[in-house]
Amino acid sequence: MNDILNALFMLILTLNLFALGNDRILSIIRIVAAQGVLLGIIPLLMHSEPTIPELISSAAAITLKAIIIPIMMIKALRDVKIKREVEPLIGLMPSTILGALATSITFLAFARWNTTMDGHASLIIPTAISTVIAGFILLTTRFKALTQVLGYLVLENGIYIFSLLLIEAIPLVVEMGMLLDLFVSIFVVSIITNHINQAFSSLDTRELATLKE
Amino acid sequence: MALILILFPLLIAGLALALPSNRARPWLLPLTGLVHSATTLLVLRSPDQKTYNSWLLLDPVSTIILITVSGLFLLSSFYAVGYLHHRIEQSNRFFVASLSAFLSLISLAIWSHHLGLMWVAIEGTTLTTAPLIYFNKSKQSIEATWKYLLVGSVGIALALLGTFFLAYSAIAGGKEASLDLASLLQTAPDMSRSWLRSAFILLLVGYGTKMGLAPMHTWKPDAYGEAPGIVGAILAGGVTSGAFLALLRMYQILLAAGEGAFASRILIFMGLFSMLTAAIFMINQRDFKRMLAYSSIEHMGILVLGVGLGGLALWGALFHVMMNAFTKGTLFLSAGNIHRAYKDKSTDAVQGAYRRLPFSASLFLAGFFAITGSPPFGLFVSEFSILTGAFGSGHYLAGSLFLLFLLLVFIGMGITVLKVVQGRVPEEVEHSEYRDSVLTVVPPLVFLLVVLLLGVYIPPFPRDLISQAQLFLGN
Repeated sequence: MNDILNALFMLILTLNLFALGNDRILSIIRIVAAQGVLLGIIPLLMHSEPTIPELISSAAAITLKAIIIPIMMIKALRDVKIKREVEPLIGLMPSTILGALATSITFLAFARWNTTMDGHASLIIPTAISTVIAGFILLTTRFKALTQVLGYLVLENGIYIFSLLLIEAIPLVVEMGMLLDLFVSIFVVSIITNHINQAFSSLDTRELATLKE
Repeated sequence: MALILILFPLLIAGLALALPSNRARPWLLPLTGLVHSATTLLVLRSPDQKTYNSWLLLDPVSTIILITVSGLFLLSSFYAVGYLHHRIEQSNRFFVASLSAFLSLISLAIWSHHLGLMWVAIEGTTLTTAPLIYFNKSKQSIEATWKYLLVGSVGIALALLGTFFLAYSAIAGGKEASLDLASLLQTAPDMSRSWLRSAFILLLVGYGTKMGLAPMHTWKPDAYGEAPGIVGAILAGGVTSGAFLALLRMYQILLAAGEGAFASRILIFMGLFSMLTAAIFMINQRDFKRMLAYSSIEHMGILVLGVGLGGLALWGALFHVMMNAFTKGTLFLSAGNIHRAYKDKSTDAVQGAYRRLPFSASLFLAGFFAITGSPPFGLFVSEFSILTGAFGSGHYLAGSLFLLFLLLVFIGMGITVLKVVQGRVPEEVEHSEYRDSVLTVVPPLVFLLVVLLLGVYIPPFPRDLISQAQLFLGN
C-alpha cells in the first residue's frame, strides 16, 4: 500500500512541474484536474478500511476538483478566447527549474529537520509544502487572470495534502465548508474574469493598473 | 439564539434574491439588523444562552466583537436604505443579499470555537463582500475587486495552512490533533515549538492580510476607495474585527503555550510597521476615501500593537476594536455622502463640502478628530491606555514611536480632511442636487455620539466585559 502512496505523491509533484512548464492554459487546467483526482484517491488508500465520512469527503473532493471546477475554468477559457500564457515574468523553463529546486530543498530540509516523523508524515509534509510553493510561483509569475486562478488552485491542493495528516481534527462539516468556499470562490472569480475581459478586452492583469498612489 | 444570529441573515439573503422590487428590497437590511441586535441583547442578558454546543459559544472576547459588528450593521443598514434609494437605477439584488449573507458568516466566525469552522466563515466573508466592492461596475471597481479577491484568497489560504500547522503541532508534540479552541488551549504547553511558531507566522500573515496589516495591505486602499461608503464601513469595522478575533485566538494559544514573548515581539513590530506605512501614505493623500483606507491600516496596527504590549495596552486594544469600528462608521458613511455630492473623491475637486453638505461635512470633520484620538472621544481613552501600557511595561521605544506615528497621521489626515471640508466649492465642479437626508445623516451621527459618550463615561457593563476578556485571554 505504501508503495502506491509513494508513487501517487511523486505523481503529484511531477504534475506541479508540468503545470509550471506549460503555457497552454487548457493543459494546465487538465493537469490541475488530474491532481484533483489523485487528491481524492489518496485518503482512501491511507486507511485500510475507509469510513463513510472519508468516502463522502473523497467523493466530494474529486467531484469538485476534478470535474466541476475544471468545467467552469474551461468554460471561462472559451468565453475569453485566449489559449496561451504569453511572456510570463519568469520563462517556462526557468520556472520549472525553480519549482524542482524548491521541491528538492523542501524534501532535504524536512529529512534533516525532523527524522522522527512517523509513516506518511515524512512524505506528506514536504509534498504539501512543495505544492504550495509551485502554486505560488504560478500565481506570481503569470499575468493572465485564469493562470493566476490555476496557481491558486495548485496552492489550495498543497494545503489539502497537508490536511491528510489531520483527518481526526477536521470534521466532515468543516471539510465540506472548505470545499464549498473553494467552489464559491472559483465561481465568483470566473464571473470577475469575464468582466475583466469585457471591460479591458484582455485578461492580462497588467492592464489592471489604474489604482495606485 | 446562536442559530438565529447565524441563520436569520442567511434567510433574508435568500429572500433578497427572490424579492422583485428594487425599492422595497433595501428595507430587508434594517429588518435583519434589528433582529440581529435584539437577539444579541437577549444573549447578553441570559448567560445560559451563550453556549450552543462545544463549537458555537460566546466568550467575553467574542462578545465584544459581536456587539461591535451587530451595532455597526444595525446603523449602517438604515444608511443603506437611504444610499440605495439614491442608486435606484441600479439593481441592488446582489448588494442586499451579499450584505445579509456577510452578517450571517461573520456571526458564525464570532461564535465559532472550532478554528477550522472559523476559517470557513472568514473565507466566506471575503467572498460575500467581493460583490459589494464591485457594486459600481466601473473599470476601477473591477480592478479593486480582482485585487481584493486574489490577495485576500492567497492570504486566507495561508491562514488555513497555519491552522493546519497549529493542529499538527499537537501531533508533533505527541498529543492528539484537534482544532477545538478548548482542547488546543489544553494541549498548548506540550505542542512542538517550531510548528507552533510557524503556525503563528502563517496565521499572522493570513489573517493579517484580511485585517490589512502592512505589508499585506495592498488591496485595501483600492477596495475602500472604489467601494461605496457603506461597504467601506462594513469592511473597516466588521471584516477586520472578525480577522482580529481570529488573531486573538492564536495569541491566546501562544500565551497558553508559554510563547507569549515570541508573539509579542512580532505583534509589536507589525503594529508599528503598519502605523508607519499608513502615516507615510497618508501625507499628501489627495483621495479622501483612500485616506480612510490608510487610516484603517493604521488602526489595525494600533490593535495588534496593543495586543503585543499586553496588560493595560491589551485592555486599550480591546476597547479600541469597538471605538475604531464605530468611528469608521461615521467617517465612511459621511465620506460616502460627500462622494455622492461631488461625484469625485480627489481633493482637487472636493472642497468646501461644508457649504454643500453641512451635516455630512461636520460629521466628517468630527469623525477625523475622533479617529485621531482627540479627547473627549473614546479613542482617546483606548489610545491613552495603550500608551500608558507601553511606558508602564518598559516599552519606551515602542511607546515613543507610537506617539510619533499618531502625530504624523494627525497632520497628514488633517490636511486632507480640512481641504475637503473648508473653503469654497471650486467653480468647475458641476452643480449637484444631492442633499443630506435623515437616513444618510442620522446613522453616522449616532456612531459619533456613541464614541463620544464612551469617551466621557464607560458604563460598568463594557468595562467589566473588557476586563473579563482580558482575563480570558490569560493576561
